[in-house]
Amino acid sequence: MIALRWLSDNAGVMAEYFLAHVWLSVLPLLLGLVLALPLGWAAHHFGFLYRPLVAGSALLYTLPSLALFVLLPQVLGTRMLDPVNIVCALTVYTVALLVRVVADGLAAVPEDTVRAADAMGYTAVQRWAAVELPVAVPVIAAGLRVASVSNVSLVSLGALLGIPQLGSLFTLGFQLGYLLPIAAGIVLCLLLAWLLDGLILAAARLLTPWKRAETPA
Amino acid sequence: MTPRRTPRAATALAAALALLTATGCGIGSDPLAAGEEGADRDGSGPVVVGSANFLDSLLVANIYAEALRAEGIEVEERYNIASREAYVPGLIDGSIDLIPEYSGALLQYVDPETEATADAEVLEELRVQLPEGLAVLEASEAQSKDVLVVTGETAAEHGLETVSDLVPLAGEMTLGGPPEWKTRHNGIVGLREVYGLEFATFVALDAGGPLSLNAVTNGQVDVVDLFTTDPAIGERDLVMLEDDRGLFLAENILPLVRDRAVDGEARAVLDAVSARLNTDDIREMMGRIISQRENPTLVARDWLTANGLA
Amino acid sequence: MNLIEWFADPAHWAGPDGIPRQVLTHLVYCAIAAAVAIVVALPAGLVIGHTGRGAVVVAGLANALRALPTLGLLIAAVLLVSPHVGSQLAFTVPALIVLVVLAIPPILTNAYAGVTAVPPQVRTAAHGIGMRPWQVLLTVELPCALPLVISGVRSASLQLVSTATVAAYVSLGGLGRYIIDGQAQLDYTQMLAGAILVALLAIVVEALLLLLERLVVSPGLTGRLRRLPDPDRAPGAGPDPAPTAAPVAAPASGRAP
Repeated sequence: MIALRWLSDNAGVMAEYFLAHVWLSVLPLLLGLVLALPLGWAAHHFGFLYRPLVAGSALLYTLPSLALFVLLPQVLGTRMLDPVNIVCALTVYTVALLVRVVADGLAAVPEDTVRAADAMGYTAVQRWAAVELPVAVPVIAAGLRVASVSNVSLVSLGALLGIPQLGSLFTLGFQLGYLLPIAAGIVLCLLLAWLLDGLILAAARLLTPWKRAETPA
Repeated sequence: MTPRRTPRAATALAAALALLTATGCGIGSDPLAAGEEGADRDGSGPVVVGSANFLDSLLVANIYAEALRAEGIEVEERYNIASREAYVPGLIDGSIDLIPEYSGALLQYVDPETEATADAEVLEELRVQLPEGLAVLEASEAQSKDVLVVTGETAAEHGLETVSDLVPLAGEMTLGGPPEWKTRHNGIVGLREVYGLEFATFVALDAGGPLSLNAVTNGQVDVVDLFTTDPAIGERDLVMLEDDRGLFLAENILPLVRDRAVDGEARAVLDAVSARLNTDDIREMMGRIISQRENPTLVARDWLTANGLA
Repeated sequence: MNLIEWFADPAHWAGPDGIPRQVLTHLVYCAIAAAVAIVVALPAGLVIGHTGRGAVVVAGLANALRALPTLGLLIAAVLLVSPHVGSQLAFTVPALIVLVVLAIPPILTNAYAGVTAVPPQVRTAAHGIGMRPWQVLLTVELPCALPLVISGVRSASLQLVSTATVAAYVSLGGLGRYIIDGQAQLDYTQMLAGAILVALLAIVVEALLLLLERLVVSPGLTGRLRRLPDPDRAPGAGPDPAPTAAPVAAPASGRAP
């Protein structure tokens, strides 16, 4: 009874938190992808950059997220409680994760495919955009799926700084000593992770029509 | 694998820094992110109400927010901001405009040397000492003070009634409190200087929340910091130790505002709230929120309606 | 106070709040969590890889565990566990639960992927010379899968080292103390020092595990298996939830047949 009333009392707030969580986790994913594509390309194309870029991004990954959330305002000159700090921190992690994935994805494009594109008279840029990148889509998508799941979980730590999103349900539940808000928050996080995962899979399928043709029914 | 490890580590570090700045720049110039919170919302735009990360601050923040809304003032909520050390800078930099405060703790934050303890003294000094750009409005008579608490068992065993009674025992006791107590005057520092109390260990918990409560009831700590308005003190057979040397100052609840962001109309609303708010009401509302799982916003609205403020 | 002064201050190196003690506490939590996760996930991953049954479950379970928000899980565990156990354990147990859940997916998926990646000829040969299934698993498949298995343990360890900081949120020790206390006290130097210590510790742990890998992996394997796609090592291991690519669901499909 109390549980039902709590849920109906708080449905509006939970919807707000959910929406905030969506953009706090999706925006860094998009920004991270946009930044990781050229970096990953550079790591793949210029062999000497591969190690420093990949090792450097692995190093970024060891930074504890809560520390990054709080320290970023110092670096960026943003306000303490600005959601931009979360977006920025998660963009850093997304880039860190995707640089290697993009580089390895490009490296896995079969030599024959690249040569065929050359033979057809593609310029380097055309070849990259029209052949190498699309062929690498499944690998990049796999990396994005991992990043999206990880982002959804990391965003919730923003609650420790007072940035409203699903994680606020955790701290609220903690203060009340009440499991229901926490359970609701976990379920909504899982739901969001699952939705994003499905979206990325669908997008990857859409971008790789030849794979569908290959897959036996 | 590579024999030359140092240069590799150095390039990796450089690359990490480069990545960090690259992504930083990417965000900094992102119009969506930058435009999200205009430069200054003086005069126009919503009043951003904050709260600290404990329940009675959340409750009072809700009362403020709902009272303003009832008068047609636009409000945005930014609850659960860690501690005073985090939200006061947040007020100064414009992240929030309004937050419930406690007169004594706030005074000790802005002036750790203060000797004021009585209600009026504290308020008077607070008005003088606040940083430029911040202001406190009328104080309510409601108080929510820090209080050192022990279990009924501990109190009976050692005959504890006051904080001073702890002096001979402290060397073998564990104290629990929020992490900021390590450096605060109305925390470990003050307990040492005012009472001469040196506890064997300090365990960083939360600000009078579930960690603190559990820690004292299950014996992880012997003495813990809670709030006088906590309904659990009575329910769990805990004993409040009298602050016989007045370390914890008067703690009247009052709105702390960013001066330029809260106009006369909003101030009038907040003053009307403070004129009505008292300790019993807070304790009663806290009971509803904690035991009945009622929504703080709705509890706040009920109180406003009952007091003719909404 | 700046960072160098902070590290130079002898007070930060002594006593129960000192750096050596906090590093030790941090490592102890990580080690316990890693040990439990290995005991649970390694046999499961090996058996599933060996029998080929339950592969879908592995992928699904690993991904679901990864999506669980660390903070929510921690708080739920505290609320559920702490009223029933006394003393320090009231908070240690919940923190360990969260860390174990975090460490399971990379170990599980890598053990599974390691066994499935064993070339079929090798397995057939082992059967051919009369080995029983469990002998094949323990004396052929496990050693062959070892590089990937250790790689999974490495990912898990990195995540543990950076996530064990959350233990401080529920009053426990470890390097997270500097971060949580620094935040509560708005002491950026302390926070930064904590972040640097965590990153350093992660690098040291990674280096030690790399060394271990070189010691235990059969030299006959390293030349060849090293070049196998190592799906786990999507860049290092990360902060809270597993940033490792799910080998079951992932990159292999990228290569056009």
